[in-house]
Amino acid sequence: MSRGRGRDTQEGRARGAAVADAEPRPGTSGAPRGAGRSGAEHDGPALVAEGLRKTYQLGPQTIAAVDGVSLTLARGEFVALVGPSGSGKTSILAMLAGLLRPTEGHVRIAGEELGELPDRRLAAFRRRNIGFTFQQNNLVPYLTVFENVTLMLSLNGRFDAAGARRARELLDRLGLGDRLRSLPSQLSGGQQQRVAIARALIHQPAVVLADEPTASLDTERAHQVVDTFADLIHHDRRAGIMVTHDLRMCRVVDRVIVLRDGAVERTLEDPDAIARFADGALA
Amino acid sequence: MAAGVCSRGGARPRPGGAVNGRLAVALAIKEIVRNKGRFASIAAIIALITTLVLFLSGLGEGLALGNRQYVSGLDADLLVYQDTADLQIAASQFDRSSVASVRRVDGVADVGAIAFASTVVEPSSRRSAGADAAGLRVSLIGVEPGRPGDPRVLQGPGFTSASGNEVVLGRQAALRSGLKVGDVLTLRSTQGAVDESYDLRVVGITGGQQYQIAPAVLVPLITFERVKPKANLQDDPRRLLFNVVAVKGVPGLARDALAARIEGQVRGVRAVDLTTAYQNIPGYTAQQSTLNTQSGFTLIIGILVVGGFFQIQTLQKLGQIGMLKAIGASNALVASETVLQIVLINLAGVLAGTLGTAALAATFPATVPIVFQLGNVATALVGLLVIGPLGGLVALRAALRVEPLRALGLGR
Repeated sequence: MSRGRGRDTQEGRARGAAVADAEPRPGTSGAPRGAGRSGAEHDGPALVAEGLRKTYQLGPQTIAAVDGVSLTLARGEFVALVGPSGSGKTSILAMLAGLLRPTEGHVRIAGEELGELPDRRLAAFRRRNIGFTFQQNNLVPYLTVFENVTLMLSLNGRFDAAGARRARELLDRLGLGDRLRSLPSQLSGGQQQRVAIARALIHQPAVVLADEPTASLDTERAHQVVDTFADLIHHDRRAGIMVTHDLRMCRVVDRVIVLRDGAVERTLEDPDAIARFADGALA
Repeated sequence: MAAGVCSRGGARPRPGGAVNGRLAVALAIKEIVRNKGRFASIAAIIALITTLVLFLSGLGEGLALGNRQYVSGLDADLLVYQDTADLQIAASQFDRSSVASVRRVDGVADVGAIAFASTVVEPSSRRSAGADAAGLRVSLIGVEPGRPGDPRVLQGPGFTSASGNEVVLGRQAALRSGLKVGDVLTLRSTQGAVDESYDLRVVGITGGQQYQIAPAVLVPLITFERVKPKANLQDDPRRLLFNVVAVKGVPGLARDALAARIEGQVRGVRAVDLTTAYQNIPGYTAQQSTLNTQSGFTLIIGILVVGGFFQIQTLQKLGQIGMLKAIGASNALVASETVLQIVLINLAGVLAGTLGTAALAATFPATVPIVFQLGNVATALVGLLVIGPLGGLVALRAALRVEPLRALGLGR
């Protein structure tokens, strides 16, 4: 199984609240910016988040759900965000996806500053540059497997013969080549997650975000799904972030960011350390 | 080969209106087709509401027509009443001299005296299948042959004299009695304390003629005076009395002006147009108000029911809508899909309801006073086509308010 360990891992490492590197390379800053630009055209880090902070007002109290989190992801890098409930995993994911505006800090994906985009362009940016899998309501129940996957192409006005061929190939690789016409209700939980993975990747986004992709799966299927996910992220050189509460799923990622109380508690990059963490030895 | 959600040629990205519109149509139709049971049940409810509204509308028109058809169809501009009668036909009475006075008013082209009574057509003269033995209650209308008030006959020669034993049947009377031109009709009429029978030859059949929810039969005024029910046989049978006078004005003269002239020149009369005349038929306005209120309430209930259904459906889809928005579906796409579904389901329901109503109405006997008039049906259908989208506005608002954050279990 490919885990992408042989590639350059100097680019894009989270260092707690500090940003290691990964400013956009010269030449990209002058390129035209816009929601329509695909992440594949960008040479710098796939994702840069700096000083993310999200606070909520609870009566007289100000609660910080996320408190000064920074991270940088290179293309082809797969990162796990782990931590107990309330540690800020989902809030960070929401801010990285442009679904939640940070109170402070900024997010840049494929060279585009998300904070500068109005809501309407943000939606257009998401459908072009971000792939999603969710814990629930992952698929459109009345669309077939093939239609769910190509929905991203249709949303982007890019559904054509080549896109259809790519969708079939992707579903073949995910072992769903014979289920193209099935409805989500006719699939197992693991199959549904694999369809969601195909949908997240079909439009070749800069970043793929997965929220608890294995939450509703048994151990064997969970490992299958995460292995497939990691393979595709590494193979297609997409930046992937997976939020999970299941530490065992971390064995396939390149980096583990452990969160506590909205801040980065520690970051694991060493493959051995990650393996031991996944086995529960370092948890 | 499996097809995508929204197939289109060409690979160049072209987001926006065209793609959104086609995708919205594709999503809306696929959801309907793949959830037939759910959408069929909503369409069935709309069909039932449509049937109810159309039947109420048809019943309203049928009852209205049953009351006013003869009066509203008069070939006249005004109806003249005795001014003390308060526009009640039965309470108004004229004699020959009053009719002559009205005829002499400048601007009056023609007048016709009309008298009304209620009587029964004997069962022996009824030939329609299933006719019962009770007789057919009819409105007996006395008219002056060839004058305003005497309707154009569609079959038969019409009246041949001003005093013959002749009768012209309205279409409903002909249908329900089974009588044809040339047949003999027997009228049963109470004279004092005794029931008498009068044989009248059918000399014509006119179009629809009803008065006070009874089919009309028309006889010459002199014949009317002889055969009408009488409480007091001592009355002078040669002294003709009429209820109202139908007046036709000269062309170009406004009805109001003509009415003012008649009221100014003839003592003790009141002249009104035909609309005012039939609106003052006893019970007519109250009956129509009742039925219109029922129709209005049915439409309001329809809006609430249809709106409720779409609202529940949208609430069940909030997670899915949140997911679609999270992956980049615009509010315009979500709104278009929602509205399109509401319009399509509403259209299907209204169509099914209309066809069902037509099929059901065809099985009704002629005695049921239900009439589908194009204008009324069209108004009801437009109202019904509007109630879906109106009811769906709440669902649309709910769909637009869904935050994409919901996909991550956050937000509303």
